[in-house]
Amino acid sequence: MSRQLGDHHRRFLQTMMTIGITSEKEAKTLYQHCCETHKTQCAPDRLEEFIEAINSRLQPMFMQIRKGMSEEDGQQHYALVNTAETDITRMTSDYADNELELFRKIMDLIVSSENGKASSTDILNSADMMTSKKLKKGETQQLLLRLVQDKWLCESQGEYNLSTRCIIEMEPYIRAMYQDQVKVCHICHNMAFQCQICENPSCGIKIHNPCVARYFKGRMEPHCPACDDFWPHEIPEVRELHSLSKR
Amino acid sequence: MTQRKRPSNTLRLSQSKRQSNSVMTQEEDEDVTFTQPSSSQVQRGLEKLTPAQVDQKTAEVVQYILVKDQKKIPVRRAELVKNIVKDYRTVYPEIIKRAKRIFEQVFGLKLVEIDPKNHMYILVNNLDTPAAAASPVKCPSNPKTGLLFVILSVIFMKGGIVRENQIWNTLKKLRVDPGQRHEEFGDVRKVVTEEFVRQRYLEYTRIPHTEPIEYEFRWGHRADMEVSKAQILEFMGQLHEQDPRSWSQQYREAHTGSSSSQNASSSQTSSHASTSRK
Ligand SMILES: [Zn+2]
Ligand SMILES: [Zn+2]
Repeated sequence: MSRQLGDHHRRFLQTMMTIGITSEKEAKTLYQHCCETHKTQCAPDRLEEFIEAINSRLQPMFMQIRKGMSEEDGQQHYALVNTAETDITRMTSDYADNELELFRKIMDLIVSSENGKASSTDILNSADMMTSKKLKKGETQQLLLRLVQDKWLCESQGEYNLSTRCIIEMEPYIRAMYQDQVKVCHICHNMAFQCQICENPSCGIKIHNPCVARYFKGRMEPHCPACDDFWPHEIPEVRELHSLSKR
Repeated sequence: MTQRKRPSNTLRLSQSKRQSNSVMTQEEDEDVTFTQPSSSQVQRGLEKLTPAQVDQKTAEVVQYILVKDQKKIPVRRAELVKNIVKDYRTVYPEIIKRAKRIFEQVFGLKLVEIDPKNHMYILVNNLDTPAAAASPVKCPSNPKTGLLFVILSVIFMKGGIVRENQIWNTLKKLRVDPGQRHEEFGDVRKVVTEEFVRQRYLEYTRIPHTEPIEYEFRWGHRADMEVSKAQILEFMGQLHEQDPRSWSQQYREAHTGSSSSQNASSSQTSSHASTSRK
Protein backbone atom coordinates (compact mmCIF):
# COMPACT_ATOMS: atom_id res chain seq x y z
CA MET A 1 0.00 0.00 0.00
CA SER A 2 1.46 3.38 -0.88
CA ARG A 3 0.86 6.43 1.21
CA GLN A 4 1.11 10.16 0.66
CA LEU A 5 4.46 11.49 1.77
CA GLY A 6 5.17 14.83 3.40
CA ASP A 7 8.25 17.01 3.26
CA HIS A 8 9.51 15.41 6.47
CA HIS A 9 9.58 12.03 4.71
CA ARG A 10 11.30 13.56 1.71
CA ARG A 11 13.97 15.26 3.80
CA PHE A 12 14.67 12.02 5.65
CA LEU A 13 15.05 10.21 2.33
CA GLN A 14 17.33 12.91 0.91
CA THR A 15 19.61 12.60 3.93
CA MET A 16 19.66 8.82 3.55
CA MET A 17 20.68 9.27 -0.09
CA THR A 18 23.68 11.33 1.06
CA ILE A 19 24.84 9.20 3.97
CA GLY A 20 23.83 5.72 2.76
CA ILE A 21 23.64 4.17 6.21
CA THR A 22 22.83 5.29 9.73
CA SER A 23 22.42 3.73 13.15
CA GLU A 24 18.94 3.37 14.58
CA LYS A 25 19.77 5.96 17.21
CA GLU A 26 20.85 8.50 14.60
CA ALA A 27 17.82 7.64 12.49
CA LYS A 28 15.57 8.59 15.41
CA THR A 29 17.34 11.93 15.84
CA LEU A 30 17.09 12.57 12.13
CA TYR A 31 13.40 11.66 12.13
CA GLN A 32 12.79 14.20 14.88
CA HIS A 33 14.80 16.84 13.07
CA CYS A 34 12.83 16.32 9.87
CA CYS A 35 9.51 16.61 11.72
CA GLU A 36 10.63 19.79 13.47
CA THR A 37 11.92 21.35 10.27
CA HIS A 38 8.57 20.80 8.59
CA LYS A 39 6.44 21.38 11.66
CA THR A 40 4.92 17.95 11.64
CA GLN A 41 3.96 15.96 14.65
CA CYS A 42 6.59 13.44 15.63
CA ALA A 43 6.01 10.19 17.47
CA PRO A 44 9.49 8.97 18.44
CA ASP A 45 8.36 5.38 18.88
CA ARG A 46 6.94 5.25 15.38
CA LEU A 47 10.12 5.41 13.36
CA GLU A 48 9.32 2.03 11.80
CA GLU A 49 5.98 3.26 10.51
CA PHE A 50 7.57 6.45 9.23
CA ILE A 51 10.15 4.48 7.25
CA GLU A 52 7.49 2.03 6.08
CA ALA A 53 5.61 4.93 4.50
CA ILE A 54 8.73 5.99 2.61
CA ASN A 55 9.39 2.41 1.55
CA SER A 56 5.90 2.01 0.17
CA ARG A 57 6.76 4.69 -2.39
CA LEU A 58 10.36 3.63 -2.90
CA GLN A 59 9.80 -0.02 -3.62
CA PRO A 60 8.36 0.55 -7.11
CA MET A 61 11.66 2.35 -7.84
CA PHE A 62 13.63 -0.75 -6.74
CA MET A 63 14.89 1.00 -3.66
CA GLN A 64 14.31 0.42 0.01
CA ILE A 65 15.42 1.62 3.44
CA ARG A 66 16.36 -1.71 4.96
CA LYS A 67 17.10 -2.54 8.57
CA GLY A 68 19.98 -4.72 9.61
CA MET A 69 22.44 -5.37 12.39
CA SER A 70 26.03 -4.23 12.58
CA GLU A 71 28.38 -7.11 13.30
CA GLU A 72 30.71 -4.70 15.07
CA ASP A 73 28.46 -3.45 17.84
CA GLY A 74 25.24 -5.40 17.47
CA GLN A 75 23.30 -2.18 16.90
CA GLN A 76 20.46 -1.93 14.42
CA HIS A 77 21.14 0.19 11.36
CA TYR A 78 19.17 1.51 8.41
CA ALA A 79 20.65 1.49 4.94
CA LEU A 80 19.26 2.80 1.68
CA VAL A 81 19.58 -0.13 -0.67
CA ASN A 82 18.98 -0.97 -4.26
CA THR A 83 16.70 -3.92 -4.87
CA ALA A 84 16.93 -4.06 -8.67
CA GLU A 85 17.70 -7.24 -10.60
CA THR A 86 21.37 -7.55 -9.85
CA ASP A 87 22.61 -6.50 -6.53
CA ILE A 88 25.84 -4.98 -7.58
CA THR A 89 23.85 -2.50 -9.67
CA ARG A 90 24.66 0.43 -7.47
CA MET A 91 28.33 -0.22 -7.93
CA THR A 92 28.30 -0.50 -11.70
CA SER A 93 28.41 3.21 -12.31
CA ASP A 94 31.38 3.64 -10.01
CA TYR A 95 33.50 0.61 -10.77
CA ALA A 96 34.88 -0.91 -13.95
CA ASP A 97 34.26 -4.53 -14.93
CA ASN A 98 37.59 -5.84 -13.71
CA GLU A 99 37.21 -3.94 -10.45
CA LEU A 100 33.85 -5.62 -9.88
CA GLU A 101 35.42 -8.97 -10.66
CA LEU A 102 37.99 -8.40 -7.93
CA PHE A 103 35.28 -7.28 -5.53
CA ARG A 104 33.44 -10.57 -6.12
CA LYS A 105 36.70 -12.43 -5.46
CA ILE A 106 37.07 -10.53 -2.19
CA MET A 107 33.54 -11.59 -1.26
CA ASP A 108 34.47 -15.20 -2.07
CA LEU A 109 37.44 -14.96 0.28
CA ILE A 110 35.40 -13.38 3.06
CA VAL A 111 32.48 -15.79 2.82
CA SER A 112 34.72 -18.85 2.82
CA SER A 113 36.86 -17.59 5.71
CA GLU A 114 36.15 -18.54 9.31
CA ASN A 115 36.39 -15.05 10.76
CA GLY A 116 34.75 -13.05 7.98
CA LYS A 117 37.98 -11.39 6.91
CA ALA A 118 40.32 -11.37 3.96
CA SER A 119 43.94 -10.33 4.24
CA SER A 120 45.44 -7.88 1.77
CA THR A 121 47.98 -10.54 0.78
CA ASP A 122 45.21 -12.95 -0.20
CA ILE A 123 43.43 -10.20 -2.08
CA LEU A 124 46.58 -9.30 -4.01
CA ASN A 125 47.06 -12.98 -4.85
CA SER A 126 43.56 -13.34 -6.21
CA ALA A 127 44.07 -10.16 -8.23
CA ASP A 128 46.76 -12.15 -10.05
CA MET A 129 44.24 -14.76 -11.09
CA MET A 130 41.66 -12.52 -12.69
CA THR A 131 40.15 -13.43 -16.02
CA SER A 132 39.36 -9.90 -17.14
CA LYS A 133 41.98 -7.17 -17.47
CA LYS A 134 44.40 -7.75 -14.61
CA LEU A 135 44.86 -5.11 -11.96
CA LYS A 136 48.39 -4.11 -11.03
CA LYS A 137 49.41 -4.13 -7.40
CA GLY A 138 49.10 -0.35 -7.10
CA GLU A 139 45.70 -0.41 -8.80
CA THR A 140 44.46 -3.08 -6.44
CA GLN A 141 45.54 -1.00 -3.46
CA GLN A 142 43.80 2.05 -4.91
CA LEU A 143 40.66 0.00 -5.46
CA LEU A 144 40.70 -1.29 -1.87
CA LEU A 145 40.98 2.29 -0.67
CA ARG A 146 37.98 3.29 -2.75
CA LEU A 147 35.91 0.31 -1.59
CA VAL A 148 36.56 1.39 1.99
CA GLN A 149 35.80 5.03 1.23
CA ASP A 150 32.55 4.10 -0.50
CA LYS A 151 31.61 2.03 2.55
CA TRP A 152 31.58 -1.39 0.92
CA LEU A 153 34.50 -2.77 2.94
CA CYS A 154 36.05 -2.04 6.30
CA GLU A 155 39.75 -2.33 6.97
CA SER A 156 41.65 -2.96 10.13
CA GLN A 157 45.28 -4.01 10.41
CA GLY A 158 45.58 -5.13 6.82
CA GLU A 159 42.43 -7.24 6.94
CA TYR A 160 39.18 -6.49 5.17
CA ASN A 161 35.61 -7.36 6.11
CA LEU A 162 32.23 -6.53 4.59
CA SER A 163 30.79 -3.28 5.92
CA THR A 164 27.39 -3.23 7.60
CA ARG A 165 25.99 -1.32 4.65
CA CYS A 166 27.35 -3.94 2.26
CA ILE A 167 25.88 -6.83 4.28
CA ILE A 168 22.46 -5.19 4.46
CA GLU A 169 22.39 -4.26 0.79
CA MET A 170 23.91 -7.45 -0.60
CA GLU A 171 22.12 -9.90 1.65
CA PRO A 172 19.80 -11.36 -1.02
CA TYR A 173 22.72 -11.57 -3.44
CA ILE A 174 25.03 -13.27 -0.94
CA ARG A 175 22.35 -15.71 0.16
CA ALA A 176 21.69 -16.70 -3.44
CA MET A 177 25.32 -16.82 -4.58
CA TYR A 178 26.75 -18.62 -1.58
CA GLN A 179 23.80 -20.77 -0.54
CA ASP A 180 25.96 -23.61 0.77
CA GLN A 181 28.66 -21.55 2.38
CA VAL A 182 26.90 -18.74 4.11
CA LYS A 183 25.81 -19.46 7.67
CA VAL A 184 23.44 -17.59 9.89
CA CYS A 185 23.97 -16.62 13.50
CA HIS A 186 22.41 -19.16 15.87
CA ILE A 187 21.08 -16.35 18.06
CA CYS A 188 19.80 -13.61 15.74
CA HIS A 189 19.49 -15.58 12.48
CA ASN A 190 21.18 -12.88 10.42
CA MET A 191 24.03 -13.89 8.15
CA ALA A 192 27.21 -14.28 10.15
CA PHE A 193 30.67 -13.24 8.95
CA GLN A 194 32.62 -11.88 11.88
CA CYS A 195 31.72 -14.34 14.59
CA GLN A 196 32.73 -17.18 16.89
CA ILE A 197 32.30 -20.81 15.85
CA CYS A 198 31.48 -23.86 17.95
CA GLU A 199 34.54 -26.12 17.86
CA ASN A 200 32.55 -29.35 17.98
CA PRO A 201 33.05 -30.56 14.37
CA SER A 202 29.58 -32.09 14.17
CA CYS A 203 28.02 -28.79 15.27
CA GLY A 204 30.02 -25.76 14.12
CA ILE A 205 27.31 -23.15 14.65
CA LYS A 206 28.23 -19.48 14.33
CA ILE A 207 27.38 -16.64 16.68
CA HIS A 208 28.16 -12.94 16.10
CA ASN A 209 30.53 -11.37 18.60
CA PRO A 210 27.92 -8.97 20.02
CA CYS A 211 25.38 -11.82 20.13
CA VAL A 212 27.92 -13.95 22.04
CA ALA A 213 28.37 -11.11 24.48
CA ARG A 214 24.66 -10.75 25.10
CA TYR A 215 23.90 -14.48 25.18
CA PHE A 216 26.60 -15.53 27.60
CA LYS A 217 26.45 -12.45 29.80
CA GLY A 218 26.39 -13.45 33.45
CA ARG A 219 26.73 -17.22 32.77
CA MET A 220 29.45 -18.92 34.72
CA GLU A 221 30.42 -21.61 32.23
CA PRO A 222 29.44 -20.94 28.62
CA HIS A 223 28.07 -23.85 26.62
CA CYS A 224 27.07 -24.01 22.97
CA PRO A 225 23.34 -23.34 22.68
CA ALA A 226 23.06 -26.05 20.00
CA CYS A 227 25.20 -29.02 21.11
CA ASP A 228 25.91 -28.05 24.69
CA ASP A 229 29.69 -28.48 24.28
CA PHE A 230 31.93 -26.11 26.21
CA TRP A 231 32.26 -22.74 24.44
CA PRO A 232 36.01 -22.21 24.35
CA HIS A 233 36.22 -18.64 23.08
CA GLU A 234 36.77 -15.46 24.98
CA ILE A 235 33.42 -13.85 25.75
CA PRO A 236 33.42 -10.18 24.69
CA GLU A 237 31.82 -7.55 26.91
CA VAL A 238 28.38 -6.23 26.06
CA ARG A 239 28.76 -2.77 24.57
CA GLU A 240 26.56 -0.27 26.30
CA LEU A 241 24.14 1.62 24.12
CA HIS A 242 23.92 5.08 25.56
CA SER A 243 20.61 5.86 23.98
CA LEU A 244 18.94 2.81 25.46
CA SER A 245 20.43 3.01 28.94
CA LYS A 246 18.27 6.06 29.63
CA ARG A 247 15.02 4.19 29.28
CA MET B 1 6.39 -8.84 -10.24
CA THR B 2 10.02 -8.06 -10.87
CA GLN B 3 12.05 -11.06 -11.75
CA ARG B 4 15.41 -11.44 -10.11
CA LYS B 5 17.75 -12.24 -12.91
CA ARG B 6 21.16 -13.41 -11.91
CA PRO B 7 23.48 -13.77 -14.83
CA SER B 8 26.38 -15.72 -13.45
CA ASN B 9 29.19 -14.03 -15.25
CA THR B 10 27.93 -10.52 -15.67
CA LEU B 11 26.57 -8.42 -12.90
CA ARG B 12 26.40 -5.13 -14.66
CA LEU B 13 23.30 -3.57 -16.06
CA SER B 14 23.85 -2.51 -19.60
CA GLN B 15 22.14 0.78 -18.86
CA SER B 16 24.86 2.04 -16.60
CA LYS B 17 27.84 1.65 -18.87
CA ARG B 18 30.45 4.30 -18.46
CA GLN B 19 30.02 7.14 -20.88
CA SER B 20 32.94 8.33 -22.88
CA ASN B 21 33.05 11.60 -24.71
CA SER B 22 32.89 9.93 -28.07
CA VAL B 23 29.60 8.35 -27.08
CA MET B 24 28.29 11.76 -26.11
CA THR B 25 28.85 13.25 -29.52
CA GLN B 26 27.29 10.26 -31.16
CA GLU B 27 24.26 10.76 -28.94
CA GLU B 28 24.06 14.38 -29.95
CA ASP B 29 23.72 13.29 -33.53
CA GLU B 30 21.08 10.79 -32.60
CA ASP B 31 19.04 13.36 -30.79
CA VAL B 32 18.39 15.03 -34.10
CA THR B 33 16.63 11.88 -35.22
CA PHE B 34 14.52 11.74 -32.08
CA THR B 35 11.40 13.78 -32.60
CA GLN B 36 9.08 14.39 -29.72
CA PRO B 37 6.00 12.23 -30.36
CA SER B 38 2.65 14.02 -30.60
CA SER B 39 0.05 13.57 -27.91
CA SER B 40 -2.08 11.35 -30.11
CA GLN B 41 0.97 9.17 -30.83
CA VAL B 42 1.56 8.93 -27.09
CA GLN B 43 -2.07 8.00 -26.55
CA ARG B 44 -1.91 5.24 -29.11
CA GLY B 45 1.40 4.03 -27.68
CA LEU B 46 -0.04 3.82 -24.19
CA GLU B 47 -2.94 1.70 -25.38
CA LYS B 48 -0.48 -0.95 -26.52
CA LEU B 49 1.24 -1.15 -23.15
CA THR B 50 0.14 -2.38 -19.75
CA PRO B 51 0.29 0.10 -16.84
CA ALA B 52 2.89 -2.14 -15.20
CA GLN B 53 5.15 -1.88 -18.24
CA VAL B 54 4.99 1.91 -18.18
CA ASP B 55 5.64 1.97 -14.43
CA GLN B 56 8.64 -0.30 -14.83
CA LYS B 57 10.13 1.91 -17.52
CA THR B 58 9.50 4.99 -15.41
CA ALA B 59 11.31 3.36 -12.49
CA GLU B 60 14.31 2.65 -14.68
CA VAL B 61 14.40 6.26 -15.85
CA VAL B 62 14.20 7.50 -12.25
CA GLN B 63 17.07 5.23 -11.20
CA TYR B 64 19.23 6.25 -14.11
CA ILE B 65 18.79 9.95 -13.40
CA LEU B 66 19.47 9.44 -9.68
CA VAL B 67 22.74 7.65 -10.40
CA LYS B 68 23.86 10.44 -12.74
CA ASP B 69 22.81 13.05 -10.23
CA GLN B 70 25.07 11.57 -7.57
CA LYS B 71 27.94 12.83 -9.67
CA LYS B 72 26.08 15.99 -10.69
CA ILE B 73 26.22 15.04 -14.33
CA PRO B 74 23.35 16.40 -16.44
CA VAL B 75 21.35 13.80 -18.33
CA ARG B 76 20.75 14.21 -22.03
CA ARG B 77 17.45 13.24 -23.51
CA ALA B 78 19.23 11.42 -26.33
CA GLU B 79 21.22 9.35 -23.87
CA LEU B 80 18.10 8.56 -21.86
CA VAL B 81 16.18 7.44 -24.94
CA LYS B 82 19.05 5.38 -26.26
CA ASN B 83 20.04 3.63 -23.02
CA ILE B 84 16.79 3.28 -21.12
CA VAL B 85 13.64 4.31 -22.92
CA LYS B 86 14.51 2.38 -26.09
CA ASP B 87 11.36 0.80 -27.57
CA TYR B 88 9.17 2.98 -25.40
CA ARG B 89 10.18 6.16 -27.21
CA THR B 90 6.66 6.77 -28.51
CA VAL B 91 5.46 7.22 -24.91
CA TYR B 92 8.56 9.17 -23.84
CA PRO B 93 6.64 12.34 -22.84
CA GLU B 94 4.37 10.31 -20.59
CA ILE B 95 7.33 8.57 -18.94
CA ILE B 96 9.12 11.85 -18.25
CA LYS B 97 5.91 13.32 -16.86
CA ARG B 98 5.58 10.40 -14.44
CA ALA B 99 9.27 10.52 -13.50
CA LYS B 100 8.91 14.23 -12.69
CA ARG B 101 5.96 13.46 -10.45
CA ILE B 102 7.88 10.76 -8.61
CA PHE B 103 10.90 13.00 -8.07
CA GLU B 104 8.63 15.64 -6.55
CA GLN B 105 6.33 13.41 -4.51
CA VAL B 106 8.82 10.87 -3.23
CA PHE B 107 12.26 12.48 -3.28
CA GLY B 108 11.47 16.19 -2.89
CA LEU B 109 13.50 16.88 -6.02
CA LYS B 110 12.68 18.75 -9.15
CA LEU B 111 13.65 17.54 -12.59
CA VAL B 112 14.58 20.63 -14.57
CA GLU B 113 15.37 20.95 -18.24
CA ILE B 114 18.37 23.28 -18.26
CA ASP B 115 19.04 23.36 -21.94
CA PRO B 116 15.91 23.30 -24.09
CA LYS B 117 17.98 23.13 -27.27
CA ASN B 118 20.07 20.08 -26.33
CA HIS B 119 17.43 18.71 -23.95
CA MET B 120 19.41 18.26 -20.79
CA TYR B 121 18.05 17.58 -17.35
CA ILE B 122 19.34 18.07 -13.84
CA LEU B 123 17.81 17.45 -10.41
CA VAL B 124 17.50 20.28 -7.92
CA ASN B 125 16.22 20.27 -4.40
CA ASN B 126 12.54 21.09 -4.17
CA LEU B 127 12.26 21.33 -0.38
CA ASP B 128 11.79 24.75 1.13
CA THR B 129 14.35 25.14 3.86
CA PRO B 130 18.08 24.76 3.32
CA ALA B 131 18.93 21.10 3.77
CA ALA B 132 22.29 21.68 5.39
CA ALA B 133 20.75 24.00 8.01
CA ALA B 134 21.16 22.02 11.19
CA SER B 135 20.89 18.38 10.26
CA PRO B 136 21.86 16.31 13.28
CA VAL B 137 23.45 13.72 11.03
CA LYS B 138 26.96 14.32 9.78
CA CYS B 139 26.83 14.47 6.03
CA PRO B 140 30.13 13.95 4.24
CA SER B 141 30.95 17.40 2.97
CA ASN B 142 32.70 17.81 -0.33
CA PRO B 143 35.79 20.02 0.08
CA LYS B 144 35.30 21.29 -3.44
CA THR B 145 32.06 23.00 -2.42
CA GLY B 146 34.03 25.73 -0.66
CA LEU B 147 36.16 26.32 -3.74
CA LEU B 148 33.06 26.56 -5.91
CA PHE B 149 31.38 28.94 -3.49
CA VAL B 150 34.34 31.33 -3.63
CA ILE B 151 34.34 31.36 -7.43
CA LEU B 152 30.57 31.88 -7.66
CA SER B 153 30.89 34.72 -5.14
CA VAL B 154 33.57 36.48 -7.18
CA ILE B 155 31.50 36.20 -10.35
CA PHE B 156 28.34 37.43 -8.65
CA MET B 157 30.06 40.40 -6.99
CA LYS B 158 31.71 41.44 -10.27
CA GLY B 159 28.39 41.59 -12.07
CA GLY B 160 28.05 38.14 -13.58
CA ILE B 161 31.08 37.78 -15.85
CA VAL B 162 34.70 37.49 -14.82
CA ARG B 163 37.90 37.02 -16.79
CA GLU B 164 39.73 33.83 -16.10
CA ASN B 165 42.79 35.61 -14.71
CA GLN B 166 40.78 37.35 -12.05
CA ILE B 167 39.60 34.00 -10.73
CA TRP B 168 43.11 32.56 -10.64
CA ASN B 169 44.40 35.67 -8.85
CA THR B 170 41.69 35.46 -6.22
CA LEU B 171 42.44 31.80 -5.65
CA LYS B 172 46.19 32.49 -5.37
CA LYS B 173 45.44 34.96 -2.59
CA LEU B 174 43.70 32.09 -0.82
CA ARG B 175 46.80 29.92 -1.39
CA VAL B 176 45.17 27.81 -4.05
CA ASP B 177 47.50 27.96 -7.02
CA PRO B 178 46.00 26.61 -10.26
CA GLY B 179 49.50 25.83 -11.49
CA GLN B 180 50.27 23.56 -8.59
CA ARG B 181 48.80 20.33 -7.33
CA HIS B 182 46.53 21.02 -4.40
CA GLU B 183 46.41 18.61 -1.50
CA GLU B 184 42.61 18.34 -1.45
CA PHE B 185 41.49 19.39 -4.92
CA GLY B 186 44.27 17.85 -7.02
CA ASP B 187 44.52 19.64 -10.34
CA VAL B 188 42.73 22.90 -9.49
CA ARG B 189 42.56 24.20 -13.04
CA LYS B 190 40.98 20.96 -14.17
CA VAL B 191 38.44 20.95 -11.34
CA VAL B 192 37.39 24.51 -12.13
CA THR B 193 37.42 24.51 -15.93
CA GLU B 194 36.29 20.92 -16.47
CA GLU B 195 34.52 19.36 -13.50
CA PHE B 196 32.51 22.42 -12.42
CA VAL B 197 31.70 23.14 -16.07
CA ARG B 198 30.56 19.58 -16.74
CA GLN B 199 28.38 19.71 -13.66
CA ARG B 200 26.90 22.98 -14.98
CA TYR B 201 27.96 25.06 -12.01
CA LEU B 202 30.14 27.25 -14.22
CA GLU B 203 30.24 28.37 -17.81
CA TYR B 204 33.67 28.79 -19.29
CA THR B 205 33.77 30.50 -22.65
CA ARG B 206 36.33 32.04 -24.94
CA ILE B 207 36.30 35.81 -25.20
CA PRO B 208 36.09 36.63 -28.91
CA HIS B 209 38.91 38.50 -30.65
CA THR B 210 41.51 38.16 -27.94
CA GLU B 211 45.17 37.58 -28.69
CA PRO B 212 46.46 35.62 -26.84
CA ILE B 213 43.23 33.70 -26.27
CA GLU B 214 41.37 34.57 -23.09
CA TYR B 215 38.46 32.93 -21.34
CA GLU B 216 35.75 34.15 -19.00
CA PHE B 217 33.52 32.59 -16.36
CA ARG B 218 29.79 32.88 -15.74
CA TRP B 219 27.37 31.08 -13.47
CA GLY B 220 26.11 27.82 -14.96
CA HIS B 221 22.53 26.57 -15.03
CA ARG B 222 22.89 24.41 -11.96
CA ALA B 223 24.29 27.29 -9.93
CA ASP B 224 21.30 29.44 -10.98
CA MET B 225 18.98 26.74 -9.72
CA GLU B 226 20.75 25.60 -6.60
CA VAL B 227 22.79 28.43 -5.17
CA SER B 228 21.14 31.22 -3.24
CA LYS B 229 22.50 34.66 -4.08
CA ALA B 230 21.23 35.99 -0.79
CA GLN B 231 23.38 33.41 0.96
CA ILE B 232 26.43 34.49 -1.02
CA LEU B 233 25.82 38.11 -0.10
CA GLU B 234 25.45 37.14 3.52
CA PHE B 235 28.79 35.35 3.31
CA MET B 236 30.46 38.37 1.69
CA GLY B 237 29.02 40.58 4.39
CA GLN B 238 30.58 38.45 7.11
CA LEU B 239 33.88 38.29 5.26
CA HIS B 240 34.16 42.05 4.86
CA GLU B 241 32.23 42.98 8.01
CA GLN B 242 29.83 44.97 5.93
CA ASP B 243 26.06 45.13 5.69
CA PRO B 244 24.95 43.06 2.66
CA ARG B 245 22.62 45.94 1.78
CA SER B 246 25.64 48.13 0.99
CA TRP B 247 26.08 46.25 -2.27
CA SER B 248 22.82 47.65 -3.50
CA GLN B 249 22.84 46.20 -7.00
CA GLN B 250 23.69 42.71 -5.82
CA TYR B 251 21.27 43.00 -2.95
CA ARG B 252 18.45 43.87 -5.31
CA GLU B 253 19.32 40.98 -7.58
CA ALA B 254 19.53 38.52 -4.71
CA HIS B 255 16.21 39.54 -3.26
CA THR B 256 14.08 40.11 -6.30
CA GLY B 257 15.50 37.15 -8.18
CA SER B 258 15.89 38.66 -11.60
CA SER B 259 17.32 35.49 -13.08
CA SER B 260 15.77 32.82 -10.91
CA SER B 261 12.59 33.51 -9.05
CA GLN B 262 12.49 30.09 -7.45
CA ASN B 263 15.78 30.69 -5.76
CA ALA B 264 14.89 34.04 -4.33
CA SER B 265 11.69 32.75 -2.87
CA SER B 266 13.34 29.75 -1.27
CA SER B 267 16.09 31.84 0.25
CA GLN B 268 13.51 34.24 1.60
CA THR B 269 11.53 31.51 3.26
CA SER B 270 14.74 30.14 4.71
CA SER B 271 15.71 33.46 6.25
CA HIS B 272 12.19 33.72 7.63
CA ALA B 273 12.55 30.30 9.13
CA SER B 274 15.86 31.09 10.72
CA THR B 275 14.64 34.32 12.29
CA SER B 276 11.50 32.73 13.65
CA ARG B 277 13.61 29.95 15.09
CA LYS B 278 15.35 32.76 17.08
ZN1 LIG C 1 23.77 -12.70 15.74
ZN1 LIG D 1 27.95 -26.49 19.16
